[in-house]
Amino acid sequence: MTKYEIKGKKDTRSGFGAGLLEVARKNPAVVGLVADLTPSLKMGEFAKEFPERFFQCGIAEANMAGVAAGLAIAGKVPFIGSFAEFVTGRIYDQVRQEIAYGNTNVKIASSHAGITLGEDGATHQTMEDVALMRALPNMAVVAPCDYNQTLAATKAAAEFQGPVYLRFGRPSMPIFTDENQDFEIGKTYVMNEGGDVTIIAYGHLVWPALEAAQLLEDRGISAEVLNVATIKPLDKETILASLTKTRRCIICEEHNQAGGLGEMIAALVLENAVAMESFKLLNGGDRFGESGTPAQLMAEYGFTAENIAALAQ
Amino acid sequence: MSQTTSLKEIASQLRRDVIRMIGAAGSGHPGGSLSSADLFAALYFKVMRHNPSNWTRSSASQDAFILSAGHLAPILYASLARSGYFPVGELATLRQFGTRLQGHPCVGHGLPGIVQASGSLGQGLACAAGIALAKKMDAEPYKVYCLLGDGECEEGEIWESAMFSANHKLDNLIAITDWNMCQIDGNVDEVAGLGDLKAKWEAFGWNVEIVEEGNDPDIVAEALVRAGSVKDKPSMLLIKTEMGHGVDFMAGKHGWHGKAPSAEEVQRALAQIDETLGDY
Repeated sequence: MTKYEIKGKKDTRSGFGAGLLEVARKNPAVVGLVADLTPSLKMGEFAKEFPERFFQCGIAEANMAGVAAGLAIAGKVPFIGSFAEFVTGRIYDQVRQEIAYGNTNVKIASSHAGITLGEDGATHQTMEDVALMRALPNMAVVAPCDYNQTLAATKAAAEFQGPVYLRFGRPSMPIFTDENQDFEIGKTYVMNEGGDVTIIAYGHLVWPALEAAQLLEDRGISAEVLNVATIKPLDKETILASLTKTRRCIICEEHNQAGGLGEMIAALVLENAVAMESFKLLNGGDRFGESGTPAQLMAEYGFTAENIAALAQ
Repeated sequence: MSQTTSLKEIASQLRRDVIRMIGAAGSGHPGGSLSSADLFAALYFKVMRHNPSNWTRSSASQDAFILSAGHLAPILYASLARSGYFPVGELATLRQFGTRLQGHPCVGHGLPGIVQASGSLGQGLACAAGIALAKKMDAEPYKVYCLLGDGECEEGEIWESAMFSANHKLDNLIAITDWNMCQIDGNVDEVAGLGDLKAKWEAFGWNVEIVEEGNDPDIVAEALVRAGSVKDKPSMLLIKTEMGHGVDFMAGKHGWHGKAPSAEEVQRALAQIDETLGDY
């Protein structure tokens, strides 16, 4: 199987912070807005280097979304930063009207997504954001898997014409993709080729998916691993090619089942009459999160290599 | 249009257009369109520096207008058509399937002059602030105007934007509240305790002026110009208007917020409003 080595550990939000700084140095139209969470979003360096392009909005996310829409209309490339729950659920209608329906070139930098936000508990742990954002016409939904990929995805988002929801997280996680990689919005990355079963994941679950593939290989099962780094537009071709080959899959996501990737792929499979022998979903189900360390919560939800391997078998 | 056409005459034609558009559509919001017609005449035909033949959504190198109270779309469409953004005949298509004149302003159908979608209330001021901010960054000497309904100021986001705009000293942002005291369910003070808007906006750090004669376009135009010269603060004009102004059976009645006149009511209304520029 394709070898991946852990090159270190970092939070994906730091990948965003580094990416924002890079794109800002290249493109003077890039501006950053934040709702009183500059350190959490890792936007401090950007704010320091480009104070005239950094706009503190205070704890007022709805206004921030609208201001960003106005800046985008006037030709800027705004990134708005907050926690995933507060840039989606809290201001869904503003995102819908000002950004999606208005089709403004706003990039929503969404940190602390999923249960791995950890100790703050369920009020801050959105497991519904992908469902909300992918329901919006015009909105691209991007969920990179590690620090390096988040940095690359941030650069790609700045280049992309149109609204982007860029989802990343809080905890320190393994870095295993290439530095200076190309990232294409709309592409699913085949991380490992295999013929027996397809493990589909995005975000923090790509690494355990790869570990699971290794466990399966040790048991004589060849697992293909797909990193759906863009959830919308979905790379149907790559996913269908894999499922047509293996006819068995497990879809892993740090998100509840309703409106998640699992349901998207279920629709894809049915529409294309792929005769699946096994179709499994590993997700948050239909519940709210709770306090705990990221590792404890990953274990509680079954987001572990062992569990993924067991389900895939 | 003749240079000698007065703002009052323009406002009169805009009112006729609105009545005919909404009457033909069979739905829409005449009350606020009629109360704000004089403001629109002042903005589009006197105060705003805009160039309909060279307009882009970015509103670069010209003033921008954001209609936050999106249900006033008919008066905006009439103003745009009458100032040359698109043919006046197109006003007849309001709310019809396939029209560029959607029930509420949108950008996806390509109607010239529409900067941003609106309709869900409370959101336009933030967008206007964003454009004003960009114009400052680009050292553009142009202004951004934004119209709010009074009932709309019950939305919390308005006050987020109020704080933001004052904090960023957006003196190129001029907001106007169509203070006609009416919303769907009744009087704005009874429905929501809207209260002393002047004190509220001042407390948020804005330059505020109450325009008692909000249905006199010349007086409104003078107030807009005054607001444009204020430094370091965004400005709010609270224009006291009358819902349904110009049509006796609609005037001051909140029931005309969102109800189309019947064919007979259209005729009764038109009999009270002078045709000054020729009906479409």
